[in-house]
Amino acid sequence: MDWTLYIYKTIFLFIILLVTLLIAMYSTYGERKVAAFMQDRRGPNRAGPFGLLQPLADGIKMFMKEEIIPLSANRALFILGPSIAMTTALLTGVVIPWGGTITIGGREFSMQIADLNIGILYVFAMVSIGVYGIMIGGWASNNKYALYGAIRAASQMISYELAMGMSIVALVVSTGSLSLHEIVLQQHGMHWNIFYQPLGFLIFLTCAFAETNRAPFDLPECETELIGGYHTEYSSMKLGFYLFAEYINMFISSAVIATLYFGGYNMPFIDQLGLSPNAVTLMGTAFFFMKILFVIFLYMWIRWTLPRFRYDQLMNLGWKGLIPLAIFNILATGVYYYFTELT
Amino acid sequence: MQKLTDRSIVVSDKNMTFLEKIYIPAITKGMFITLKHFFRKKATISYPEQKREFSEIYRGQHVLKRDDLGRERCTACGLCAVACPAEAITMIAAERKPGEENLYREEKYAEVYEINMLRCIFCGDCEEACPKEAIFLTDRIVASEYKRNPFVYGKDILVEPLDPAKRIDVSKRQTEAVRKFKEIKRFAHNK
Repeated sequence: MDWTLYIYKTIFLFIILLVTLLIAMYSTYGERKVAAFMQDRRGPNRAGPFGLLQPLADGIKMFMKEEIIPLSANRALFILGPSIAMTTALLTGVVIPWGGTITIGGREFSMQIADLNIGILYVFAMVSIGVYGIMIGGWASNNKYALYGAIRAASQMISYELAMGMSIVALVVSTGSLSLHEIVLQQHGMHWNIFYQPLGFLIFLTCAFAETNRAPFDLPECETELIGGYHTEYSSMKLGFYLFAEYINMFISSAVIATLYFGGYNMPFIDQLGLSPNAVTLMGTAFFFMKILFVIFLYMWIRWTLPRFRYDQLMNLGWKGLIPLAIFNILATGVYYYFTELT
Repeated sequence: MQKLTDRSIVVSDKNMTFLEKIYIPAITKGMFITLKHFFRKKATISYPEQKREFSEIYRGQHVLKRDDLGRERCTACGLCAVACPAEAITMIAAERKPGEENLYREEKYAEVYEINMLRCIFCGDCEEACPKEAIFLTDRIVASEYKRNPFVYGKDILVEPLDPAKRIDVSKRQTEAVRKFKEIKRFAHNK
């Protein structure tokens, strides 16, 4: 039994968990700040310096609120909904390579919790289970608005998962691997996948917006039509779990985008700097987080720029726009590699 | 037809071109607009620390003026209460006793003078009606309260302090034009 490895993995797991929660927490703050700045306002600036304690205050508020379970709701499922949403959101971070290898006392430790050889499929599996959180929650509420939101969420996620999966197929064709670690290694230098798969990237990005229920695809929870959608009946920390799960999803999907298309923890010109391996790893991780933060900013930027899609427009875009494009992308990639590999 | 603004656009339902159909140029354009706003000066005024500048003749909380010797100018004639369209002003008159000449300017004075700030619409008619130049609106904001009763301001709040340093400046509203208007005797309330 290799106890050092177990201890290292456990510690690293907790670090990743904490970092995920922290970033999700401050995404709520960042979201409000970005929204405010784009609307010529100041945003939260009263709680602590620059309003930095705002997420804490929000969290305390959430815990203090009265917890209501509607009489007509299915109690067990009502509680299960947010739990699934939160759990699956947190589980995805396991396969993401947060950095290279770090050497402590002559031993190499990978900065990835589990290097699954089917890492991408794992991510997809988790995202798909995440839909159940919303569906179960919406159905258990026994409220027509919640049910509408849940139905919308389910159909939207299933439709966009198709296009997302197909954009990934093209990526897999060009990289030849399903392991996230392998894909990152291949992007060393400036061989980022976004330059090889620009169309695939656009499709993936659009679908990622839809998968995380973010604007302009936030139909499941549109405030004006469905008064909150699937979480209409939720209150207190159960509501907090749903909202928090959305931000965690945003963080994780940003990490996935950065891993798949922006070279993960690879930093341009890192080899020329002549640093020690550990320093290179840490720099790479820092650079990875910068990429993630940029993608999170992109999420918010889009949210405060575009209006919400109508439901039929959303379905049109998904089925008639993105899926044919994704199929075309697979074909083009396949044809290209078929002819270049032969020669 | 003459256009109302120079920014009006003729709406048409023509088919979208390819570039419009893929949305991406339009989205990029929109994103740059929001990015431009990101760095723009903020419109917010952080209220308690920073206050919006008022107009010189802002009509805020009232003041009951004293004259140069510190005597109350109000004679409780009731013209302000009559003029008030919101019926916010009530008063009870009293007669000046010998020895109170340093407190009240004339033989009659207001023993109770109350303005209900919840009724007041800050129109300034009371100020216009006053023949003694006793009541003025100032650029002070009426403070918020939790209950209704504290909004009925009595003389303790309305009358300006005796201390000459703490007098409330109404010179912006007490202009020459106002003074002239008050001298025209053909208006009933100036008689």
